[in-house]
Amino acid sequence: MSTLTMRARPGHDASLRPLPWRRMAWVTWRQHRAALAGVAVFLGGLAIYLWITGLQIHHSYATACHPASSLTCTMNFTGRYGITANVVRSFLQSVPALIGAFAGAPVLARELETGTFRFAWTQGIGRYRWTLGKLVPLAVTLAAAAWAFSELFSWYLRPFTAAGYAIPFSTLDFDLRGVAFPAWTLASFALGTLAGVLIRRAVPAIAAALAAYTGLALATALFLRQRYMTPLLTSKPGLPGSAWIVSQWYTKNGKFAFPAQASQMVSAASRLCHGRIVDVPQCLARHGYLQWDSYQPGSRFWPFQWIEGGWLLALSVLLIAATMWLVRRRAT
Amino acid sequence: MNVIETTVLGKRYGSTWALRECTLAVPAGHVAGLVGPNGAGKTTLLNLVVGLAQPSAGSLTVLGGLPSGSLAALDGIAFVAQDTPLYKNLSVADMLHLTRNLNRRFDRAYAQARLAELGIPLKRRAGRLSGGQQAQLALTLALARRPRLLVLDEPVAMLDPVARHDFMATVLTAAAEDGVSVVLSSHVLAELERVADYLVLLSAGRVQVAGEIDDLLAGHRILTGPAGEASQYAERLGAVHLRRGQAQAHLLVRLSAEDPVPPGFQAHPVGLEELALAYLREPGAAALPGPARSQAAKPSEVTR
Repeated sequence: MSTLTMRARPGHDASLRPLPWRRMAWVTWRQHRAALAGVAVFLGGLAIYLWITGLQIHHSYATACHPASSLTCTMNFTGRYGITANVVRSFLQSVPALIGAFAGAPVLARELETGTFRFAWTQGIGRYRWTLGKLVPLAVTLAAAAWAFSELFSWYLRPFTAAGYAIPFSTLDFDLRGVAFPAWTLASFALGTLAGVLIRRAVPAIAAALAAYTGLALATALFLRQRYMTPLLTSKPGLPGSAWIVSQWYTKNGKFAFPAQASQMVSAASRLCHGRIVDVPQCLARHGYLQWDSYQPGSRFWPFQWIEGGWLLALSVLLIAATMWLVRRRAT
Repeated sequence: MNVIETTVLGKRYGSTWALRECTLAVPAGHVAGLVGPNGAGKTTLLNLVVGLAQPSAGSLTVLGGLPSGSLAALDGIAFVAQDTPLYKNLSVADMLHLTRNLNRRFDRAYAQARLAELGIPLKRRAGRLSGGQQAQLALTLALARRPRLLVLDEPVAMLDPVARHDFMATVLTAAAEDGVSVVLSSHVLAELERVADYLVLLSAGRVQVAGEIDDLLAGHRILTGPAGEASQYAERLGAVHLRRGQAQAHLLVRLSAEDPVPPGFQAHPVGLEELALAYLREPGAAALPGPARSQAAKPSEVTR
């Protein structure tokens, strides 16, 4: 058998400085390069599609939309590309969820599932540095890729915004632009890693991360986002097209009358104007009803982006901290 | 120096104690065998030693007073877990590079030479190696870290006899030539008899026997004599275990070679396997350094 001997060990009293982070960089790259390549192919494929169709869209907008409100623009530009763009925007909603779940959940779940954490967590680097050295570079890389992608998507969307087809606050793309997209990707990754360390199996953790992400994204789009700042209130007609109308209602003599829903307005108008209705709002106005709009002006796009990016970043940091805490105290 | 020192150490999972009131000191420079039936707490104790688990009660230090799981402890202890988990999709060379990156010391020359000697190709994926080769790779990675303590959890359970022999030979070489202390768990008693010189016997979450194997064997005798008088002497001598045959009975007692033997009985030396089995069959008996075994424990009679 072996005739090999090991060289004499160096003194063990040498002070134990933590291993440099760059040691983990190679480990992380070697173990997760396949996942990163998958993300690159996925985002790259989508980017190529956005780039090619985006060029056509920009060209079509440049030729058809002088001015943007013209009928030619509606027929040859928005009519031609609008539906496709809506499908693209809807589909892209799933991108942060998919990236986060597939790249984030297996990082720890796979180790726990296959038992390799027993190898990794007993190496000299310690499990704390090992985990941070994996999660932080992966999170930063994914967020950077998502940021680049969101820039391309904003470029793709610009003609639709210019033609008044898409408002800045549209639920379909607010979270795909600016800082929101990388922030959502980051939050999704953090959700995935936490699900992974809690559930300890990759596939159920992916499913749980997707479900949690969907819930969070829906809650934000439907309830949370409109409350980032107090909406403005106006009773003057003619809101700019970029405004995001949060709610509308009618008052009479300074008191709330009814919400500005079509059914309510028509029934009130038919009662007031005895069926001789030409213009419902006009009829209501003639009888002393005043329409109020509560709205978020388009100029609040960037403040809203930073608010959303900010709380998602804070949430991601919290989720990763929770993951670290679980890794540190995880009993086997 | 003690490589492992525990004081009333306990580990609870939910409401079940996997290990309790474990007080133990394993001195450096031994190949210590950790023995016990399934579920006795062997893996739990080893997980605590390597810092994978945290104690629920009591205290545990390693390598002469370091808290388990601390960076200094991780640095000095190499662990090969049960079923030798490796990254199956990484090549052998990548596993080497990975382990080197995760540790302060890594003797790459030793690892490469060792793998070449074993005929393990560096380019092959770890998952495509045979079970014996995977175990050898895990052991090589552990030894290349030049640990002071090598902890092995059921290292040979899944190996064929040849791979088992080769694996243990590597362990023994490291222990003999480099002074690495080794703690290994196994339920293959015959295996331990060949390699271990220190025995820790765990049973139902408690330490039952701990000591150098030579001392344990020298301190126990098998007394063979008439079955009729066996019970009487078993009680008087505080026998660990009594086994009755047709006409004769065999008592395992804590006697050294110089101690007198009861009339009509013959004393024989005891083997490690026989000793361990006797204690495993008598969970109340104990042979520990320090305080003598509890007086309450009476041997049960096993009739054959």
